[in-house]
Amino acid sequence: MAQPKRILVACGTAIATSTVVAMAIEEALKARGIDVVTRQCKAAEVKSLMSGYDLIVTTTPVPKDIGIPVIQTLAFLTGIGKEAVIEDIVKALQA
Amino acid sequence: MSERILNLLEPSAVRLHSAAQDKTEVLTELGNLLFQTGYVRESFVEAALQRESQMPTGLPLEGKYNAAIPHTECEHVLKPGLALATLTKPVIFQNMIQPEEGVPVQLVILMALDQPKSQVEMLQEIAGVLQNALVIEKLMEARDFQDIQKAFT
Repeated sequence: MAQPKRILVACGTAIATSTVVAMAIEEALKARGIDVVTRQCKAAEVKSLMSGYDLIVTTTPVPKDIGIPVIQTLAFLTGIGKEAVIEDIVKALQA
Repeated sequence: MSERILNLLEPSAVRLHSAAQDKTEVLTELGNLLFQTGYVRESFVEAALQRESQMPTGLPLEGKYNAAIPHTECEHVLKPGLALATLTKPVIFQNMIQPEEGVPVQLVILMALDQPKSQVEMLQEIAGVLQNALVIEKLMEARDFQDIQKAFT
């Protein structure tokens, strides 16, 4: 059986918005039969924690070009463009 | 529908149709109310202001009104609670996703969170509210706490 994909979810303080985003991603992907493991972190911790992750989803700017795909989005908070972002996440995990 | 928000929303920390002129004024007012009602330490306001300037929380929404959800590290929080303000005139918060961009905000929900894991459902409800233009309009029109309660139920 395939290992679940690992997603690092970042926001400013790892308190509020990353919690919402991590839950929303887990639910949305579960509904599509995709198992994922998420971990929340502060945007500033991304570089030190990213090893072993397949994707980074963040609500605030984080460094790009770090060798792991980064999706920056507010869709799980605002609802705007949510379906498109879920598609992007699925694609990034399949790549 | 949003019981958990109502449970944590401090009635004395709700300011409706506030005339605050900028984000510092509205954040300070709401933060002081949470301090006076025993939810946060005295350091909370300063920490929330600083956090907002480094990691802004302005959210452009789909409807007529935009929101901001300021918050800060748990160490400044004594017990979880929420403060809420509606503003007669929009004030500029920087966009969470693009900090260089300003968002005119008329709904501010200041969050005092101690253990995010235990408050996940409340946070999800807030995200749900932000995505519901009808609830936002009801909040914006609210004249007293009862109207706020109705908007959330």
